[in-house]
Amino acid sequence: MSFEALANWIHNWLYETLHPTVALLVEFAIVGVLIIGLFAVLGLVLVMMERKVSSWMQLRLGPNRIGPWGWFQTVADTVKLIVKEGMTPNNVDKLLFNLAPMLVIVVSMVIMAPIMFAKGIQIWDINIGVLFVAAVSSLSIIGVLMAGWASNNKYSLLGAMRSGAQIVSYELSAGLSILVIVVLTGSLKMSDIVMAQADGWWLFKGHVPAIIAFVIFIIAATAETNRAPFDLAEAESELTAGFHTEYSGMKFALFFLAEYVNIFVVCAIGATLFLGGWMPFHIGSWEGFNHVMDYIPSSVWFFGKTFLLIFVIMWFRWTFPRLRIDQLLSLEWKYLLPISMFNILLVTIIALAGWHF
Amino acid sequence: MYRETDIIQTIPGTDEMVINVGPQHPSTHGVLHLVITIDGETVKKVEPHLGYIHRSIEKMCESLSYRQFIYTTSRMDYLSAHINNHACALAVEQAMGIEVPLRAQYIRVVMDELTRIASHCLWWGSVAMDCGAVTPFFLAFREREMINTIMEETCGARLTMNYMVPGGVMFDLHPNFQRDTKTFLAHFRSKIDEYDELVTGNIIFQNRLKGTGYISKADAISYGCTGPTARGSGVSCDVRKWYPYEVYQQVQFDEILETAGDSFARYLVRLAELRQSISIIEQLIDEIPAGEFQAKTKAVLKPPKGEFYSRVETARGELGVYIVSEGGTTPYRIKFRSPGFSNLSALDHMVRGQKIGDLVAIMGTLDLVIPDIDR
Repeated sequence: MSFEALANWIHNWLYETLHPTVALLVEFAIVGVLIIGLFAVLGLVLVMMERKVSSWMQLRLGPNRIGPWGWFQTVADTVKLIVKEGMTPNNVDKLLFNLAPMLVIVVSMVIMAPIMFAKGIQIWDINIGVLFVAAVSSLSIIGVLMAGWASNNKYSLLGAMRSGAQIVSYELSAGLSILVIVVLTGSLKMSDIVMAQADGWWLFKGHVPAIIAFVIFIIAATAETNRAPFDLAEAESELTAGFHTEYSGMKFALFFLAEYVNIFVVCAIGATLFLGGWMPFHIGSWEGFNHVMDYIPSSVWFFGKTFLLIFVIMWFRWTFPRLRIDQLLSLEWKYLLPISMFNILLVTIIALAGWHF
Repeated sequence: MYRETDIIQTIPGTDEMVINVGPQHPSTHGVLHLVITIDGETVKKVEPHLGYIHRSIEKMCESLSYRQFIYTTSRMDYLSAHINNHACALAVEQAMGIEVPLRAQYIRVVMDELTRIASHCLWWGSVAMDCGAVTPFFLAFREREMINTIMEETCGARLTMNYMVPGGVMFDLHPNFQRDTKTFLAHFRSKIDEYDELVTGNIIFQNRLKGTGYISKADAISYGCTGPTARGSGVSCDVRKWYPYEVYQQVQFDEILETAGDSFARYLVRLAELRQSISIIEQLIDEIPAGEFQAKTKAVLKPPKGEFYSRVETARGELGVYIVSEGGTTPYRIKFRSPGFSNLSALDHMVRGQKIGDLVAIMGTLDLVIPDIDR
């Protein structure tokens, strides 16, 4: 039974047995539990992956004591963070201080809605899917600014201001590179964008503009998730820990989790827009090859592409030094933004003339 | 809403904030306390506060004998323990008029240069880490580990060697020393190229360092900067060239000078010095003559009444040892002229008007070791 049929069966059964309002609430609860479960798994896997990737690049072994190859290290860390006291320093703005991590984590949860995890597995196929992602992702900056301001700490404040300047700037490039795909597809709907890539991914079909947009998207995504070389908001050698200097225990863990889930989300969107989402890799008229590729489940394709992009972003982090704040902003406003604008003009001409494949 | 308890307050009448960097801060590499005044991201003033790791080594030396006091200096600049010990041994030998055997002189110079390589390796890793790249630190430690193993075999210690004694060195070389050192040098030559590929050529790294932390030649002289910090501004100040000690006169090496005076110039000087140190060791390692490793000295050293001064080039600059003797078994007064202290004094001059990120990078290129500054 496919996932779609299962979902439909549960949907119909709930609406037959329960009052429609109650049924809707039950569906909300089911989706919420699934998303929280995905969060937990993603947090564990991504933190472990980061530690293993970094140790592999740094001549180290990485965690290797707890469980096979140290795989339960993150579980142990999570348990430690949960039981740790969540300190609230003196003279902080208590409401904002406690609200900020929750806001950040809620934003990363909401942003999951339009992502297609596999063929037919999607929470909400909203017709403005891409716009929804772009709009909601910019909300996370409010949480970061809140945390920085409420902490009553100069390092936090500096980190938050940096983060604000950075995310607001790089959103433009990210948005414009997403627009390139929207122009090519003619739709904002995630499922339409994936279906449009059935005979080839946009990265290959979209000529030069798609490649430029992909590169800019990866750079902007790294910057938007505050990852090195754009991790100025945290910048441990300058600001100790930036906006979450004063956080500890589970409140810190929420920021930490949100960071990793955000990486997953931007990479998932990158994979959906440029690498065909759950679509298998097909080569023109090689029927036999295409047929074999179709046997690989769509979820494997989606997560494989996403984790490939995640690996690239981790690779950046453990290779590059950090930019300075003025260099960061001039990179965006002087280079990426003009290139993106030119790129969107180019892709519009290509799309109008029908030159893409 | 303004509250009395708010810590985030500006200096009245300005937009400037005072912020404490350290004594517990990841980028100060120790317990240095900087009080910086910032206007947004721009640093207006830097005020180093010292004394967090002051152990009054100079005062302690006054109650230790001329053989004992050398060991305290390993704890000053712990990254160039050999060279510190060397400076003290030179001062005592000068006072006593001890002739050091040729074999000991060779061993001392080889050890000094190995220490310099180890110290510069660690600096290379930490300056990259100050700029936000963590991986180089581990690569640098791989090479430093090899040197530490070589040191461990001969000296029995990895950090505070206490190998140089008045009149020579404490033990003879380990039989494996020459072989291991040559293996290390062959390995290290290829690794420096890797360093260049990973960090020196990186466009982000170059942009972070170029044009920041500028200090002119005249300013470098007037602040008393020495070592790579001054040589990055074009000040020729290599003690090994100007006041050669031991066998430095016989070896061929260049004094590395850069004229740009910025952080990147200091970076290039240190990286080129690594190559010079390799060449110095290669010239000496096969030529170590047979003979005594230590001159015959009396058990209790009693230098004549007078003042004695010796200077050496450590990895950070010029280390001077000034001894006043009253003719007794312990020195009357000892003063160390440490390179880090003078180099730190130029920090404020270099950082003013730069960004906070630059402050950290400039401190990295100064290669500060805090116990060397505080003593």
